Amino acid sequence: MDSNHQWPTWEVFTQKKQGAAHEHAGSVHAPDGEIALLNARDVYGRRQEGVNIWVVPSNAIIASSPEDAGSFFDPANDKMYRSPNFFKTADGLKQI
Amino acid sequence: MMTDLNKALNEFCLRIADNSLIHAQRISEWTGHGPILEEDIAMSNVALDLIGQARGFYTYAAQIEANGKTEDVYAFHRGEREFRNKLMVELPDNKDFGFTMMKLFLNGCFDYLMFRDLMKSTDETISGLAAKSIKEVTYHVRHAGDWVVRLGDGTQESHERVQNSLNELWPFTNELFEQDNIDTLLITNGIAFDKESFRSEWTKMVTEIFAKATLSIPENNTYFPTGGLKGVHTEHFGFLLAEMQYLPRMYPDAVW
Repeated sequence: MDSNHQWPTWEVFTQKKQGAAHEHAGSVHAPDGEIALLNARDVYGRRQEGVNIWVVPSNAIIASSPEDAGSFFDPANDKMYRSPNFFKTADGLKQI
Repeated sequence: MMTDLNKALNEFCLRIADNSLIHAQRISEWTGHGPILEEDIAMSNVALDLIGQARGFYTYAAQIEANGKTEDVYAFHRGEREFRNKLMVELPDNKDFGFTMMKLFLNGCFDYLMFRDLMKSTDETISGLAAKSIKEVTYHVRHAGDWVVRLGDGTQESHERVQNSLNELWPFTNELFEQDNIDTLLITNGIAFDKESFRSEWTKMVTEIFAKATLSIPENNTYFPTGGLKGVHTEHFGFLLAEMQYLPRMYPDAVW
């Protein structure tokens, strides 16, 4: 428990189906990884959301700060050629 | 008229359904009162699993009885003496989370082994219901077992409280294994299985968790309460039914 008497938070990632990427679902409080996994299952896995769950201690995530946004992302604005938008793909292809 | 075998099968289903329903009713009392949001949802999930199990077995019991009864008749229009649940599940939790987890763990280990056997039942409905239920129960045992370990091997207060819960609940575990001529008839027909056959496995299951939790099983216990199979319940049971059955008894025509 930290100073405000809360258990640490854990970020929850759920996988919709095998082969798909894990997506951030939300966060839970838990005293350790096993309980975090069960809490994640109960809060984010009760409506057939997925087939696999990851939990990660929130403080293990290194995030960019809002001030970084300019130098991180703006330089990509005028470089459309980096996106694969101009390739023709088969109609049946969904996961790309 | 039901055959003797059908009568036994009907009673057998009601016993399982009653136990799950009453256990669920107790656990659902936590809804909105859980120690943390995550656990509040977890306990509601468990209660819903148990209600689902009860519905499956009530529906089959009604089908066997074949006189127009529904699952609701069994759940809401029977009195104390007609319920066949074990005494353990009707005991009040008094907002003690450790007590609830200990109860869920002790009963869950039993249900796990019972459903594992029933998956081999010659009755296809029973084996199907068991196959569905065992997945839910496997999770209940893990969830409750994890908490028993953490509370037992936690702070001095959590250890004392969960040890007290074990002391209080242990005498009621004997009744889980009780069986009578209903079971004998079904065992002979390959529909049910002897509960004594997995008693030592149950003891091993719970003992392993208690060792991790630094909890000890009370020794020299000589009093083992019983009565569920005969519909003789604790003084707490009438109040539970009064709350659970109030609405459909007060407004018999109420629909969802």
